[in-house]
Amino acid sequence: MAEESVKLLGYWASPFALRVKWALKLKGVHYEYVEENLPNKSPLLLRYNPVYKKIPVLVHNGKPLAESLLIIEYIDEAWKQNPLLPDDPYERANARLWAKFFDEKCVPEVMGAFASKGEEQEKAAKARENLKMLERALEGKPFFGGDKIGFLDIAVGWIGIWGRIVEEIAGVSLIDAETMPLLTAWLNNFLEVPVIKACIPSWHELLEHNKGFHKILTGSST
Amino acid sequence: MTEVQLFGLWGSFFSHRIEIALKLKGVEYEFIEEDLSNKSPLLLQYNSIHKKVPVLVHKGNPIAESRVILEYIDDTWKGHPILPENPHERANARFWAQFIDEKCRVALRNAYGCQEKEREEEATREACELLKTLENELKNRRFFGGDKIGLVDIVANFIGFWLGAIQEALEVKLFTEDRFPKLYRWSEEFVNCSIIKESLPPRDKLISFMRRRYGLSS
Repeated sequence: MAEESVKLLGYWASPFALRVKWALKLKGVHYEYVEENLPNKSPLLLRYNPVYKKIPVLVHNGKPLAESLLIIEYIDEAWKQNPLLPDDPYERANARLWAKFFDEKCVPEVMGAFASKGEEQEKAAKARENLKMLERALEGKPFFGGDKIGFLDIAVGWIGIWGRIVEEIAGVSLIDAETMPLLTAWLNNFLEVPVIKACIPSWHELLEHNKGFHKILTGSST
Repeated sequence: MTEVQLFGLWGSFFSHRIEIALKLKGVEYEFIEEDLSNKSPLLLQYNSIHKKVPVLVHKGNPIAESRVILEYIDDTWKGHPILPENPHERANARFWAQFIDEKCRVALRNAYGCQEKEREEEATREACELLKTLENELKNRRFFGGDKIGLVDIVANFIGFWLGAIQEALEVKLFTEDRFPKLYRWSEEFVNCSIIKESLPPRDKLISFMRRRYGLSS
C-alpha cells in the first residue's frame, strides 16, 4: 500500500484549524502540521486555497481541501474508524444543521460582541440567546454525539475556550452556567477529554494574542 | 398521507432544489405551498428555529436548510446519486455548492439590489469575478456533476433560471453569453433537462413577481 501523506496548514490561534486537528486526532491519523505565518500567507497556502486564501487547508496525497467543516466531513469519509457523523440519515442531517446554525447564527454574534465598542452587551445578549438553543441538540446526552464525541462536538467545542476569552476581554457574558446548565456541563466534559485537551493552545498566549486583536478592532487602548 | 412532504414556495429556488432532487430519485412527495405572510402552524412547528422554507418532512421528521436537505435525500434514497462516491470529489462538490450559496448568491443579490450607482458598479464587478471563478471550475464539462446533474448543478439552479428572469425584470445584463460562455451554455443545458423543466415556475409569473419585489411597475 502506498504511503499516505497528510498535511494540515493551520494557524496556532485559529479555532477553525483546531477543529480539524481534533478530527484528525480522534481518527488517529498521522499528519504533518504546517504553521502559516499569518498575516503573511505562504505561496503554498495561496496555491492550495486560491478561492478563499485561508487556513485550515488539508492536503491528502497532494489533493487540497478547504473550509473546516467540509474538511471534517472528508476526514470522516476517508478514514472509517471512530465515525464522527452518525449512521442514521436524519441524525446526520441534524448534526449538519446544528453545525450550520452555530457557524451562521452564534459565531458572528460572538465575534460581534468582541469587535464592537459600545454595542458589546447587546450583541452578547443575542449570542447567548442563540447559544442557548444549542442545548436542544444535547437532549440529556453527555455529548452532542451521544456517549462519545462526534462531529457536532468538535464543530462547536472551541466556543468553550474562545468564548471565555471574549468574556474576559470584552467584559460580557456568553456562556452562563445558570441559564445554560446543559451547555456548561457539556463544555466542561468536552474540554477535559484527553485528546481534545492536548490540542488546545496556551490560554495565556491566546488571551494576549486576542487582546491585541481587540485593540485593533475597537480602536481602543487597553 | 404521503410519507414525504415538502413545505415550499412556487417561486423559490431553494424549494426548487429539493423538488429536483426528489424527482431525480423518483420519490413521491406532497408539495405544500406556504404563505410567508401567514406561516402555517405546521411549518412553525417543523422549523421552529428558522421558521423558513423549504422544510422536508419524511415520516414525520422535519429537515430544514436546502443543502442539508439535499444531503439527507442522497443519504436516504440511493437511485441517481447527487454526490460522487469518492470522498475527495464529494468534498469538492460540497465546497462549490457552499461557494455558490455563500459567495455567488450573496454577491448577485447585492449587485441587483443596489440603489447607488457607485456601489452597484463595485457589486457587479465582485459578482462577475465570482461567476468567473465558478465558470473556471466548470471547465468543459456538460454539468458540474459530469454527464449527469449533481449537487453543484442543483444548487446553481438560481444561476440556471432565476438569474435570467431577474435580469429581464430589472433590465440589467450581468450574466451574459459574451462574458460567461461556458456558464451560459451550462444554464441552457440545465434548463432543458426534462426533470428541471417540469418543476420550474412559470417565467412570466416570476418576472412579474420580481418586478413587484424590486418596486417596479409590472
